[in-house]
Amino acid sequence: MSDNQTYNEFISKIETYIASRILKQSKRKIRADEPLISSGLIDSFSLVDLALFIEDTFGVRIDDTELNAQTFDTLDQLANLIQSRQSK
Amino acid sequence: MTTFSQRLQSLHSRDQERVAVILQHSGQPDLPISYRQLLRGANAYTRAYARAGIKSGEVVVLILQHGEDLINSFWGAILHGAIPSIMPFLTEKLAPERYRADLAALISVTKPTAIVTYPEFESEVRGALQEGDSVRAVILTNKLEAQSDPDFDSLLGMERSSEDIVLLQHSSGTTGLQKGVALSHQAVFNQLDAYSRALNLDDSDVIVSWLPLYHDMGLIAGFLMPILSGIPLVLSSPFDWVRAPYKLMQSVSQYKGTLSWLPNFAFNFCAQKIRDRNLEGVDLSSWRAVTNCSEPVRFESHQAFYERFKSHGLKWEALQCSYAMAENVFGVTQSDLTRPPKVEEIDREAFMAERVARPPMKGRPAMKMMSSGKPLSNTRVRILDEHGKDVAEKKIGEVALQSDCMLTGYYHRDDATKKAFLDGWYLTGDYGYVSDGEVFVSGRKKDMIIVGGKNVYPQDLESLTYEVQGVHAGRSVAFGLFDEEAGTEDVVIIAEVNSEDAAEQERIANTIRQHVTKNSAIALRYVKVVGPKWILKTSSGKTARSANKEKFLKELEEENK
Repeated sequence: MSDNQTYNEFISKIETYIASRILKQSKRKIRADEPLISSGLIDSFSLVDLALFIEDTFGVRIDDTELNAQTFDTLDQLANLIQSRQSK
Repeated sequence: MTTFSQRLQSLHSRDQERVAVILQHSGQPDLPISYRQLLRGANAYTRAYARAGIKSGEVVVLILQHGEDLINSFWGAILHGAIPSIMPFLTEKLAPERYRADLAALISVTKPTAIVTYPEFESEVRGALQEGDSVRAVILTNKLEAQSDPDFDSLLGMERSSEDIVLLQHSSGTTGLQKGVALSHQAVFNQLDAYSRALNLDDSDVIVSWLPLYHDMGLIAGFLMPILSGIPLVLSSPFDWVRAPYKLMQSVSQYKGTLSWLPNFAFNFCAQKIRDRNLEGVDLSSWRAVTNCSEPVRFESHQAFYERFKSHGLKWEALQCSYAMAENVFGVTQSDLTRPPKVEEIDREAFMAERVARPPMKGRPAMKMMSSGKPLSNTRVRILDEHGKDVAEKKIGEVALQSDCMLTGYYHRDDATKKAFLDGWYLTGDYGYVSDGEVFVSGRKKDMIIVGGKNVYPQDLESLTYEVQGVHAGRSVAFGLFDEEAGTEDVVIIAEVNSEDAAEQERIANTIRQHVTKNSAIALRYVKVVGPKWILKTSSGKTARSANKEKFLKELEEENK
């Protein structure tokens, strides 16, 4: 699979998870550059869920000290973070 | 008769090297603070207050995050005889303009003469100040003199009387004007004496807490009680806990913690979101009471918590309940620590229709009610009907209380004070019943939503939606929806717009979500934008929240079919 394909797959899987499990609006679209944490779309109570989902789905760990808008705030940043850790 | 400063002095002279607080920060080593260090740190602030001309009896507002400065500025105010009041720090999801407006409102009501904050936050604070307001000094955390031992003989705090106001607690609310509760030294000690007795608190106890200090549960149970009782406190922050709930378990295990307090949702949160790898070697057998408090208590939440952690030594009888509020300093009741809280099965229909808690008839739907325990030894509880008359045992009514630690009134809010009392009894606004001397809390009188331990008024959220373009005043409804999995309420907002266009409706829904969260710091679970005439009104034109909730649930069910 090309890097681009993996990237798109990451985005789509995380988007589906956030829309259906966190926002409970399964039809909700999330843009790749849409702020997630700083906008309040994902509240702090859901950050652990997101980290656990990413770990289970992509085998990549996000430390609790990284669960903030400085580390990632968009699907794009999150997908890049996962990609860079997977390739290590 | 004693005061906070006198108590600190005696703890200090008894054993100044005794650890008062073990301060935790994610990613940093734990920091033990002895009574000697605590008083030295506090004294640096005492001197800063003195230098700024702050007088004894004046209010100082602390706008600080979890950490040494918050602790030191608090005790520094006490030693100076000033009245500390902790304001929640700005979080990234709240809009700075809204925060500034809330702060300005707080200043106009509580009339502080000083505000303590970080240099990075100074401009934010100054932005809320107005010409001619009460604030004379903004004290910055980086402008302190070196720490030094206090000279108790010259401390203004030593001259306070036990009847003087020692601190202001804010009754939690969503936006706008919070109600401050002024507490005297004596009221706090009366509460601590009664509450400590209910807990059988002793020198071998260790309290572990991550609760915020601007909330009564955190301030009293998770800060003042341990420090003023000479009991070690392991203190972390809600910010760190919500990202790493396992650290609570690791701390209890490491420091042999005996007592903690958690809002109901935290029992579910811990049960669901902690990985086995974070529990390796964790031993929770030292925990003698984890008290469920500040949200409606749920038996199912205790079960889930116990199932998750019993293999790590958690005892079933360690899971306890309390009914508490800032208006009584903290605790009103506490369940008996020698046994699990009583659980009653009651008939659902009788509860709803007849407002009575009676055992279910065979085959009829039942619900489980968990006891919050008996009133503390200094507190009396009555259950009143709508005319202010006592109701019979097991009948549901409004909980009213009287004690030697209850508020005398809301600080500079005579309007709110008047409404809250009936012949010397404080009306809590909670519904409940008494059975065999134990208090069972069953709901709220007002449509208040309690989400994650925070009180949210639906009117406040609805008003915020009206600020969104396309939503007209009176055409939105907010309510709470109990989420079994989370153990707390989810917030739902429905807004009616003229457009029937789905894309336009979605755009408005997104804007509402963002705007409401930014201005209330409350995350919304469901935002539904609907076309004209969706929202049900009462005959008098008021929005009927429960009817709309039912309609929403019905549609949700249809959609998920």
